[in-house]
Amino acid sequence: MRVLALSAWKDLESCASAIAIAPYDLLRAPETGLVMLRGRMGATGAAFNLGEATVTRCAVRLRDGTEGHAYVLGRNAAHARLAALCDALLQGPDTGAAVTATVIAPLEAKLHATHLAASTKAAATKVDFFTMVRGEDD
Amino acid sequence: MYVAVKGGEQAIDAAHRLLEEERRGDRSVPSVTLEQIAEQLTLAVDRVMNEGSLYDRELASLAIKQARGDLIEAIFLIRATRTTLARFGYAEPLDTQSMRVKRRVSAAFKDVPGGQILGPTFDYTHRLLDFALAGDAEPAAAARAPSALRSDMPRVLGMLGSEGLMEQPPADAGEPGDLTQDPLNFPAGRDLRLQNLARSDEGFLLALAYSTQRGYGRTHPFAGEIRLGSVEVSFTPEELGFAVVIGEIAVTECEMINQFTGSATVKPQFTRGYGLGFGQCERKVMSMALVDRSLRAGELGEERVAPAQHEEFVLSHSDNVQATGFVEHLKLPHYVDFQAELVLLRRLRAEVDAAKDRLEAAE
Repeated sequence: MRVLALSAWKDLESCASAIAIAPYDLLRAPETGLVMLRGRMGATGAAFNLGEATVTRCAVRLRDGTEGHAYVLGRNAAHARLAALCDALLQGPDTGAAVTATVIAPLEAKLHATHLAASTKAAATKVDFFTMVRGEDD
Repeated sequence: MYVAVKGGEQAIDAAHRLLEEERRGDRSVPSVTLEQIAEQLTLAVDRVMNEGSLYDRELASLAIKQARGDLIEAIFLIRATRTTLARFGYAEPLDTQSMRVKRRVSAAFKDVPGGQILGPTFDYTHRLLDFALAGDAEPAAAARAPSALRSDMPRVLGMLGSEGLMEQPPADAGEPGDLTQDPLNFPAGRDLRLQNLARSDEGFLLALAYSTQRGYGRTHPFAGEIRLGSVEVSFTPEELGFAVVIGEIAVTECEMINQFTGSATVKPQFTRGYGLGFGQCERKVMSMALVDRSLRAGELGEERVAPAQHEEFVLSHSDNVQATGFVEHLKLPHYVDFQAELVLLRRLRAEVDAAKDRLEAAE
């Protein structure tokens, strides 16, 4: 769920195009609503309500009865629907292994690369302090 | 009092058509796209998300385009949009400790563990116009370090806390209040104050924060730690019963260190103010942390002498949608009220004249 939600839609779409879409029913058609996000006073203290974010949810049921659920930030109905389908397929022993290999693993690798690139760019802006010799004692 | 007036429909339609034409500007210039706004006017988008109190870059970009760049109008549009959407629930509190850091600085400690990470900042720029941007010149790619940042940046205020030099933040005390569900009452808890400040007008908050620095309720602040980066959002759907990650958002956080307090039972220690906001909004969260600390005056036994310490004044005037609504409603037709004022004024003047006539007649 984490990888499916964090990944960019275009990455999820291109990975998922490789899986065989099993027939499924929509338990809950994609629906966009709000979640209230929270922070903590002093970062670690009591919670407070910070502000809302859009989120889209969807639920599907495979023909064998397996349910898949997805909640994804933003308003992309196709993203939530595909994530819910992957969530259902991941629970099957055979389909689970296939989706892990063709969807989850490559998406996870892509996320890792994206995070690493961002982190090395930030790390390049790290300050190396050095002390100036001001010569006041001469 | 506002009395409804009829008529003017045609004029209003024509005014809106004119507005749309003016919004579009010169049609020989390409129309700005939402992607361009989202990617290149990022900080305007962040401001609209903060004060609109809704994290959605695409909607904020659309609002900015529709409002012709008037950010308060864009914020108004976002607030109106959110009322059309159902609330699915409350997310788990964001864990800023696990933030993927893009910027992290401390003005209190030079050699802070994890380092001073400048990130994408306007600080130390010369504030000279860059005429190269008037053309299509592409900037050089960002520099990259050989290795990533450490993922467990220690908290500056946490380090002071472990020595007992810093007050501990308050522990969870039940469900926090929610301004979007219940009207604000006074005195307001710190949870409601922070929610209000997070969505309050940046300019108003900045001016209040500045006033504390100039002596109107001084708090002796140091920027203990400022962080910018992305955090994952966890939410527990009812049908699942366990928390799942539903995405990530960019946030800026400021932890301010302020001067001491102590008591008979607690040795003197630093106090703190907190700021948190959507996207990159350093000015906003620094101001928020200063005003958060000022509003703790009562709790910390400080005399309330300045506007920034006055909770009702701050929280009642911080919302720019409310403020603009009340100020700008003055331009709507008030013909009947004004007629009443005119009649009253004419009668008062007539009474003065009559009194003068009587006085003269008596003499």
